Amino acid sequence: MVAYTLSRDEIDRLFQALADGTRRDIVSRVIEREQSVSALAERYDVSFAAVQKHVAVLERAALVSKRRLGREQIVSSNIATISTAQDLLRSWEELWQARAVRIAAILAEPAKTNEGKEE
Amino acid sequence: MTANIEHTLDRDSLSFTFTSDFDAPAERVWQVWEDPRQLERWWGPPSWPATFDRHDFVPGGESRYHMTGPNGETAPGWWVTTSIEPHSRLELRDGFADQSGEPDPSMPETRMTMTLDEQDGRTRMTLVSKFANADELDKVLAMGMVDGMTEAMEQIEGILASTLKR
Repeated sequence: MVAYTLSRDEIDRLFQALADGTRRDIVSRVIEREQSVSALAERYDVSFAAVQKHVAVLERAALVSKRRLGREQIVSSNIATISTAQDLLRSWEELWQARAVRIAAILAEPAKTNEGKEE
Repeated sequence: MTANIEHTLDRDSLSFTFTSDFDAPAERVWQVWEDPRQLERWWGPPSWPATFDRHDFVPGGESRYHMTGPNGETAPGWWVTTSIEPHSRLELRDGFADQSGEPDPSMPETRMTMTLDEQDGRTRMTLVSKFANADELDKVLAMGMVDGMTEAMEQIEGILASTLKR
């Protein structure tokens, strides 16, 4: 279940990080291959500082990691957290699958004596 | 008896649809939502059973529940039932509560519409869920991203699988 595999703060940070189109795009790009903040900055019509800020938000949500390589900052994807986000979606499916199975089990029980009672 | 379950993720409206067929009339399926004692038997998983402390099953009515974990920890939640058409349609908002049991506005909230369609004594339950917290748009976009990531993950899994074969 979603609520018990991630803390509330973690879910919040994950959703907030993914709420922005540029940040989603950054994640998609670094999934393909890791790249520097400056290489990412060239792709977007925003300042280097703005891209750096986006990367920091993604880093706080543990969606990406950053390391130094000489003068460059290299951004790579964090597969574990990305699959956690995917798990959030899967959890919802599993939650309702399990609920439907439990409902079916309740419905399959023999009618109780007080069922169909007259008012 | 089994429930046939289908789910879809609608990319455009970004809602989840879940369908299950039950071998019972709509009136009977409705009871598992209306009767809190039946509701708490399926709302939470066996390891986290739900207790509905309050269940005002009327339009605008509120419900309060808590789920109890294996070590006695509790996860409180709430509903606001926004619309009811007996035996056919139900709309509600479902969310997390803080430890006092009252709605926690900082937490994700789900909007749910449940419909029942009976045919030949069998009932199809259709559930449409939309994530909606204080920042509904953010949440909806996040869901779109998760969908996109599913594809990305499949690609990664494919790459890993072919690498391992070598």
